[in-house]
Amino acid sequence: MVTVPVDFLPSPSVLEELDELEAESIYIMREVAAQFERPGLLFSGGKDSILMLHLALKAFRPARIPFPVVHIDTGHNFPEVIEYRDRRVAELGIRLVVGSVQASIDAGRVVEESGPNASRNRLQSVTLLDTILDNDFDAVFGGGRRDEDKARAKERIFSFRDDFGQWDPKNQRPEVWNLYNGSHRKGEHIRVFPISNWTELDVWHYIARESIALPSIYFAHRRDVFRRDNMWLAAGPHVSPGEDEVVEERVVRFRTVGDATCTGAVDSDAQRLDQIIAEVAASRITERGATRADDRFNEAAMEDRKKEGYF
Amino acid sequence: MAMLRFATAGSVDDGKSTLIGRLLLDSKQIFEDQLEAVERTSVARGFDYTNLALLTDGLRAEREQGITIDVAYRYFATPRRKFIIADTPGHVQYTRNMVTGASTADLALVLIDARKGMTEQSHRHAVIASLLQVRHLVVCVNKMDLVEYSEKAFDSVREEFSAFAAKLEVTDVTFVPISALHGDNVTSHSTNTPWYGGPTLLWHLENVYTGSDRNLIDPRLPVQLVIRPMSHEHHDYRGYGGEVAGGAFRAGDEVVVLPSGFTTTVESVESAGEVVDEVVPPMAATIRLSDEIDVSRGDMIAKPGNVPITSQDLEAMVCWFSERPLAERSRLVIKHTTRSARAVVSRIHYRLDVNTLHREDGQSLALNDIGKITLRSAQPLSFDPYRRNRQTGSFILIDEATNETVAAGMILGVSE
Repeated sequence: MVTVPVDFLPSPSVLEELDELEAESIYIMREVAAQFERPGLLFSGGKDSILMLHLALKAFRPARIPFPVVHIDTGHNFPEVIEYRDRRVAELGIRLVVGSVQASIDAGRVVEESGPNASRNRLQSVTLLDTILDNDFDAVFGGGRRDEDKARAKERIFSFRDDFGQWDPKNQRPEVWNLYNGSHRKGEHIRVFPISNWTELDVWHYIARESIALPSIYFAHRRDVFRRDNMWLAAGPHVSPGEDEVVEERVVRFRTVGDATCTGAVDSDAQRLDQIIAEVAASRITERGATRADDRFNEAAMEDRKKEGYF
Repeated sequence: MAMLRFATAGSVDDGKSTLIGRLLLDSKQIFEDQLEAVERTSVARGFDYTNLALLTDGLRAEREQGITIDVAYRYFATPRRKFIIADTPGHVQYTRNMVTGASTADLALVLIDARKGMTEQSHRHAVIASLLQVRHLVVCVNKMDLVEYSEKAFDSVREEFSAFAAKLEVTDVTFVPISALHGDNVTSHSTNTPWYGGPTLLWHLENVYTGSDRNLIDPRLPVQLVIRPMSHEHHDYRGYGGEVAGGAFRAGDEVVVLPSGFTTTVESVESAGEVVDEVVPPMAATIRLSDEIDVSRGDMIAKPGNVPITSQDLEAMVCWFSERPLAERSRLVIKHTTRSARAVVSRIHYRLDVNTLHREDGQSLALNDIGKITLRSAQPLSFDPYRRNRQTGSFILIDEATNETVAAGMILGVSE
């Protein structure tokens, strides 16, 4: 037994919740940088990927982020998000890799969906896996959170993908303490979810605390929208209203940012972060339920897409 | 208040899903669209009532079979605290999932049916919580409505559990008489149990103090990676990144790097990229040292007056995760803190019967078995006994042929 002199005892500093989440995410990111040769960070321009990028900056400071940012581009983007992406990448001096769904369609790798609900959301999985292969990525960071969806709630932080990019939910590696097993063979890869334990509200609190800039579509603005599946879809080049769908101008904001064809806006006059936090705290509907048509097909929509290699 | 991570274990009949459903529902963490989906499914399946377990069973196979097969993480918050629940199945075939859930938990919640008293399963949950050194235990004596809220029934479970817990390393146990179905003593005091003067379950979860559970005494920093910017601006910068696994580090501290044994002083400490006065667990820190010495991933920074054990030989309790049994002389990879090394299991001492705590002789460990082993690592490891430090006392074993994680280990000490 070692006797400990009194001056070795630290002040009773219990880290607050956000500090604890931040520390955990940084630990995970550093673990990836140490264990893998070619990681990449998936970046959609949404708040969760913006948060990841911010955490990556802190994890490796004063060194540069030691991996590129990877955008799977459906071609159905909100222009504000692409502007944000390009500005941020230039500021940080990091490399941007773009995987284009349009290129996958042109190359005959996937077939575009048709009909009024056509979306490129599901097609993204093929482009994502091709991009991982083309760039030899052995680890890919994703911004998924466990509070988002029932399938995500079951997923490991280091989540193994076989050489077809598939997730096997019934055969996941046990993940004990914070000892992450990144072992894999060539052709296989690991998806890493460093913000698994953050909730939507945690993300907003942290964005406010750190004054992180976001694309303007997260804040209330006027936009031409129409009603479909109980959501406001943005009328624009990528989605057009059907015959009985009426376009109107409303004050809305986006609670999530994804493919423009399946991401809905919500009525909101929240123009500042504190107003958004109040709105999110009072909301009785989950963010994916409120704004993602893709998760409404059935109860296991996310699980099924993840098995195919989705984010 | 820091957030609370707690683990629950249970199976179909003991009301675990109902209890979690109630905590989430009463703290308004279940959203309308989630509840609607569950109601729809309940109606479609012909259930008489809304099955809250559907909220917690995430995978298609789990919903189809009506069982929980894997750990699920759930989140809820009250104005006082944020909670992360590791929700695990309770059956013996899922021991490894329980170990997974307990490994990061500050508190374990054990459910006992007031009518039945302790079962094999409740023994197992208590033993796993104790082995994994979960510091706080809450025993929910459930289904009090079915024993007419009898104080005697509650007392008898309490006595039975306390007698069993005396054989374990459990320090803080709280008993709460509840009915998960009706909500008695879950979030508010029940008028059905006027004889109970203790806290409600939620009040206890909100107030249990975990600040002293982390090791703030033995300074430990397992080096995760070396940060070298290689830029003109930070030409000479060299920092050692890692999670502080114990104690505190400040500028000016004298430190020793293990296993090399070089000593130097701390030039500065940083947390999340900013220079700070001190770094403590569980900060993601960067430490800069005054001298250029050889330090790399897997090394441990400690203080000369307080060092971990550095050895190639250790004894440990392990939980075996693989369908292929562990045999003596098995060669595996040990991942301990940030170091990985080849290792050989030189001896299997015994297998622990987690229901009876009996030690059974045997030369192998099967899936879900817990036993004591001696391990020799190809490289020296710097460790503390698990009971002293969860981070520096734990490890996993990886099968090199399959890359699977095949065991979780808790170090007892250096082998004789």
